[in-house]
Amino acid sequence: MIDGQTPNSPHGRVWLHRFVLLTTGFTFLLIIAGALVTGNEAGLAVPDWPLSYGALMPPMVGNIRYEHGHRMVATFVGFLTTVLAVWLWRRESRRRVRKWGFIALGTVIAQGVLGGLTVLFFLPTAISVSHACLAQAFFCIMVSLSLMTSPSWEDSADKRVPENRSAPLRWLSAVTASAIYFQLILGAALRHAKSGIVLHVLGALVVTVLVLVLVTRIFKQYAKYRVFVRLGSTLSLLLVGQLSLGVGSYLVRLAARDDIQPATVMVTITTAHVAVGALVLATSLILAIQSHRLLSPSLNIMPLSSAPQKVAP
Amino acid sequence: MKQTKLSLWLASLCMVLFLFACAGSEGPEESGEKKEEPKAEESSGPVTKIDPATAATITGKVSFDGEKPKAIQIRMDAEAACATLHKEPVYAEQIALNDNKTLQYVFVYVKEGLGDKTFETSKEPVVLDQKGCIYHPHMIGLQTGQPLKVLNSDPTTHNIHPQPQNNREWNKSMSPGVSPLEQTFAREEVMIPVKCNVHPWMKSYIGVVKHPFFAITGKEGTFEIKGLPPGEYTIEAWHEKLGTTTQKVTVGAKETKTVDFTLKAGGAVS
Repeated sequence: MIDGQTPNSPHGRVWLHRFVLLTTGFTFLLIIAGALVTGNEAGLAVPDWPLSYGALMPPMVGNIRYEHGHRMVATFVGFLTTVLAVWLWRRESRRRVRKWGFIALGTVIAQGVLGGLTVLFFLPTAISVSHACLAQAFFCIMVSLSLMTSPSWEDSADKRVPENRSAPLRWLSAVTASAIYFQLILGAALRHAKSGIVLHVLGALVVTVLVLVLVTRIFKQYAKYRVFVRLGSTLSLLLVGQLSLGVGSYLVRLAARDDIQPATVMVTITTAHVAVGALVLATSLILAIQSHRLLSPSLNIMPLSSAPQKVAP
Repeated sequence: MKQTKLSLWLASLCMVLFLFACAGSEGPEESGEKKEEPKAEESSGPVTKIDPATAATITGKVSFDGEKPKAIQIRMDAEAACATLHKEPVYAEQIALNDNKTLQYVFVYVKEGLGDKTFETSKEPVVLDQKGCIYHPHMIGLQTGQPLKVLNSDPTTHNIHPQPQNNREWNKSMSPGVSPLEQTFAREEVMIPVKCNVHPWMKSYIGVVKHPFFAITGKEGTFEIKGLPPGEYTIEAWHEKLGTTTQKVTVGAKETKTVDFTLKAGGAVS
């Protein structure tokens, strides 16, 4: 309860949503912090876990700054997620949302344990890649929770419109989001195992084609629906940025192969590639969720032209 | 009821985290204690004594063929504690070319020819110092079971992390002024990269062999392997960037033979 309001009151809902957004924002920062650890080759700068050099606060020198900074942000995200899970459990009326709060908590704990294990076992590829992939999965959970707790979520429940049978968006958006997640797995494998560039490039091609088809369909068949147009435009822009960063990452890695230490430009570009990748995934996920929520196959008999002009604010 | 369930759940979670904390934490410092590797490789026979009356010697030098590689300057500016230790620019030692076009830091050792002979392991520790945020020396050689003594002469924290393929991997923190760390390697391995993950430019190599017949080239690019029993041997020269090359040589009793190597970028030639 916030400011004497019940959680189901508009005021309470707004505060809960703000808190979810805060947690999601810090999760994004955590992904960036993790990418900085990998880019700076700082993964083993702190040999012990869960303490750092046997203390809560080690000397913040050299790469310890990146590794311990990552641990501090992770601890804070873990704290926020715990508060969120309890908040949802105590105040949220929708059972499904409460359940997702606990799934988020379980995921962030598993992620912390994976992070510790990868340090204790000297960064084995399988654990490091799993750690990177679970980070993106946790970010997806937080993005989903941000949507589910948004005030517009309930408001739009009665505004479902029929999906255009000749241009289905629901399955295509889901396939695209899945393909992007798979592509992030390939990217993590490339980053941590330093092999598999061909697969990652092929993955980029598949994702690009899927996004092109998806966005074209939105602009041709769903141009009246602001929510889809916005998401489609954002996804396109992010993808262009991500492809550019991908090429940039490859080139700077190539140029830096004989470097004695990680170059700032290489760390910056590869970290941006990881961060924008997370944003591409989040946008595609929101598009998939909104498609499934706002388009109804059961109402297929209704022609699209007779649907409401605006689906969501 | 729901609150009781939650309390139980949270208590279980805390217990799991506590157990992980107990299992995972290594404590602040590991140095000062001597850690034994798993048992060294089993010897297949009695220890062979080096007979001074018949001991042979192999000497030589390792030359570099090609354009002088561009020196790579190390950037320590992000770490003031390291940067202030140097008045002059510091360069990476990965290709240390001497003025006479020979190479420093080439590990030269007897690769084949000793059969199953075993030799007494030196008890004398080989010192690897972290000084000026650089490993001194850049390359060392050890016998299996011979102590490695690691020092931290710097006013900053390092971690030392050998990355072997054939030995146990370890990663230890060393704060300023900490007592030396002693370790051994149980199995032969040429070479083991060593890294400080706190200062990613800090790299070193350790060559571990079962016998005492190895040397590392110095500022004149020369090496000397003494005390060899007469016989036919394969000598390998190993360089971290330029690769490896081998030569066969036969030495008689009290004989001294010269074996010179030449290494070039992109491959090795004898």
